[in-house]
Amino acid sequence: MRQDKLLSVKNLTVTFSTSKGPVNAVRGVSFDLGRERLGIVGESGSGKSQTGRAILGLTAANGSIAADEMQFHDVDLRNLSPRQWRKVRGARISMIMQDPKYSLNPVMTIGDQIIEAYREHHKVGTKEATHRAIEMLEAVKIRDPQRVFKSYPHEVSGGMGQRVMIAMMLIPDPELLIADEPTSALDVTVQLQVMAILDDLVRERGMALIFISHDLHLVSSFCDRVLVMYQGRVVEEIRASELDQAKHPYTQGLLNCLPKMDGNHNDLPVLQRQASWAEG
Amino acid sequence: MIEIENLNAWFGENHVLKDVSLKVAKNGSFGLVGESGSGKSTVLRTMTGLVDDWEGNIVVHGHELGPKRDKTFYRQVQMVFQDPFGSLHPRHTIDRILSEPVSVHKLGDSDRRVVKVLEQVGLNNSFRFRYPHQLSGGQRQRVAIARALILEPSVLLLDEPTSALDVSIQAEVLNLLAALRRDLGLTYIMVSHDLAVVAHVCDDIAIMNHGRIVERATASQLAQGSLEHPYSQQLYKAAGGYDRAVIDSFVDWD
Amino acid sequence: MQTVTKQNSGGLRQWLTSNTPQSRFQARCGRAWLAWTKLTENHLAMIGLGIVLVLIILTIFAPVIAPYNPVAADLGNRIQPPSAAHWFGTDQLGRDILSRLIYGAQYTLMIVALVTITAAPVGLLIGTVAGYFGGWVDSVLMRITDIFLAFPKLILALAFVSALGPGLENAVLAIALTAWPPYARIARAETITVRKSDYIDAARLQGVSSSGLILGHIMPMCISSVVVRVTLDMAGMILIAAGLGFLGLGAQPPTPEWGAMVSEGRQFLLEQWWVSTVPGLAIFVVSLGFNLLGDGLRDVLDPRGGD
Repeated sequence: MRQDKLLSVKNLTVTFSTSKGPVNAVRGVSFDLGRERLGIVGESGSGKSQTGRAILGLTAANGSIAADEMQFHDVDLRNLSPRQWRKVRGARISMIMQDPKYSLNPVMTIGDQIIEAYREHHKVGTKEATHRAIEMLEAVKIRDPQRVFKSYPHEVSGGMGQRVMIAMMLIPDPELLIADEPTSALDVTVQLQVMAILDDLVRERGMALIFISHDLHLVSSFCDRVLVMYQGRVVEEIRASELDQAKHPYTQGLLNCLPKMDGNHNDLPVLQRQASWAEG
Repeated sequence: MIEIENLNAWFGENHVLKDVSLKVAKNGSFGLVGESGSGKSTVLRTMTGLVDDWEGNIVVHGHELGPKRDKTFYRQVQMVFQDPFGSLHPRHTIDRILSEPVSVHKLGDSDRRVVKVLEQVGLNNSFRFRYPHQLSGGQRQRVAIARALILEPSVLLLDEPTSALDVSIQAEVLNLLAALRRDLGLTYIMVSHDLAVVAHVCDDIAIMNHGRIVERATASQLAQGSLEHPYSQQLYKAAGGYDRAVIDSFVDWD
Repeated sequence: MQTVTKQNSGGLRQWLTSNTPQSRFQARCGRAWLAWTKLTENHLAMIGLGIVLVLIILTIFAPVIAPYNPVAADLGNRIQPPSAAHWFGTDQLGRDILSRLIYGAQYTLMIVALVTITAAPVGLLIGTVAGYFGGWVDSVLMRITDIFLAFPKLILALAFVSALGPGLENAVLAIALTAWPPYARIARAETITVRKSDYIDAARLQGVSSSGLILGHIMPMCISSVVVRVTLDMAGMILIAAGLGFLGLGAQPPTPEWGAMVSEGRQFLLEQWWVSTVPGLAIFVVSLGFNLLGDGLRDVLDPRGGD
């Protein structure tokens, strides 16, 4: 599955200039991605989201990206012009953000937004686009696609909104989808249902997925491979199925400090952070 | 200690709590679990007087609560909010946040009390004059707990106290809460969407859906997974992580 | 995340930027320092601040700086064009325009200061009370505000001054009466957004009273928006004061108030342009200064700007 390399990142560094001097949010991250589901896990400030954003060139204005290599198929993602980015973003690499409320335009119907996303990259008529949009809403298991098509974002629930986001991001048929905490604002059951939809679509379309999350347990049950990040560095890369054999004390610590439903109220093991983890 | 009987509450036309009853013994800990919109937080907000339109009986310390809460109530019952970024006033120093309740209740000796309560939640004195934005999420939540403790209440209402925190910080805060209950003999009612967190902290648990308690269980029953109501079973399974077969069996409870 | 470089250290600077202040005073100074560094990064705001500072210096040191007596007529020296002796020329009574301009600064500053200390607190109080209590309190207070807002400011001020009689004090009072409604509106809007926040609920659960909540918790959140709005409005106040002066309803002759100076010079506007133009330019520059400063303050003080 991994033989055809889709994305290759070598020594990625993201630096922000702040009033307190430059801050490295991502420090020397390298990974290869095939047609697989890769999880990036870390706590807040670990640089996991900034890694995802850097791949799409969405780093905030006061940040700069440096990398030895950022190759997506035939495209070098370093130093693309805005025009070149438009051909990549949305069309070939898409991103789903945490809260659909802030990603959807509140004054446009959901249908119009999906159509717009589709026609941005495909030259088709309104009728064809409408047809494709409804099809896509069905694909994300929305029971009444006609009604949702005509609704405004505030008229649908959070879970439904995130499905709409997925539909919108997947309709141009990207090769790589980056999902940044796409379900953490949702209830547990809805969260899992949305992930199942994501899973199906990624499989059917042979897409690669980068799933960014703080929830190590959830990611490992969902992805093929997991990168664990700590303070801007990848401290461990591990096959999801072998998570219980994690070697790095940080990964082990993250797993151990979760409360378990075993009926005892003993104190939870607390993560003892070591300065050496950040040094790599 | 706390007895709630047939509590009903409304937001306008919305009937958000339907005949909720629960009992918590002194030094006990009771957990309310549910998804968003289940009304679990509304139970706490009604108790503390933040919800106006309600009916039913709430008895705390043998006193039946009327429509208004007085100052003595707030000395007994305090609440910790979910979002440590939203529950501390952005323009007040930690010192001001902690000393204000002392002066409101005219307890005096505010310096000593502030230092003591900071120590209780594991923060040293160097935090005292910082603003909330100079603190991490976990430190802010410790301050929020300190603010609840400074009036020396006997009951703490915990509204998702760790859901906005990283898991490693969550463990620290949960340990702190457990230690405080042990050392100060506090009584807890905790609200969470996370079964595992509630099972870890609480002895008795109630699962809520659409304003109603659908099932009650003890922590050990939960550990064995012996839940009866299909909604609780679904929540229990969902806590197990991503499992395709389980997800396909989910039913919408809307 | 890791900070890569270390801050250049100095005793005071370190004390100000310390993340572990030792006292209330240090915490407050640190916060002010942060706001100040942010403001200094905005060059336009610094220009605005510079203009305002010049205005203040002129007010304080007018007798030292001004080369001539601003009110003493010298009829042999009427309407002289700008020259080395009279940089901005003289007016129809032979008075040095530069000196009159310098002495006029204090009236402009006084108008702005008096209006601010009367109108802003009133607006703030009415707005926060209306926003906090809601219901009929809100309806009554906001309808009163609406009535004031419904009139054009200058017309309303004109009406007040005509009723109270012309004069600088009455002009200030009239402007203050017309200036508070926007502050009440802003304070109310701000109050409604913070009223539902957790930290207000938390304070309520500590037993803090309504007045304590409004004064100690809600007002600090509204003050910065109001301050910004006030600095932006100062230009407008100066213009209204100048307008009243121009119409003869503000400062009375021979007071060197800028609006009155423009008015007095208007009959010579075509041949002796400087008599009106120079005070007009002064009004323009000072208004611009307050506007730039207000814009800069908005970026620094806006509570949504994030800390």
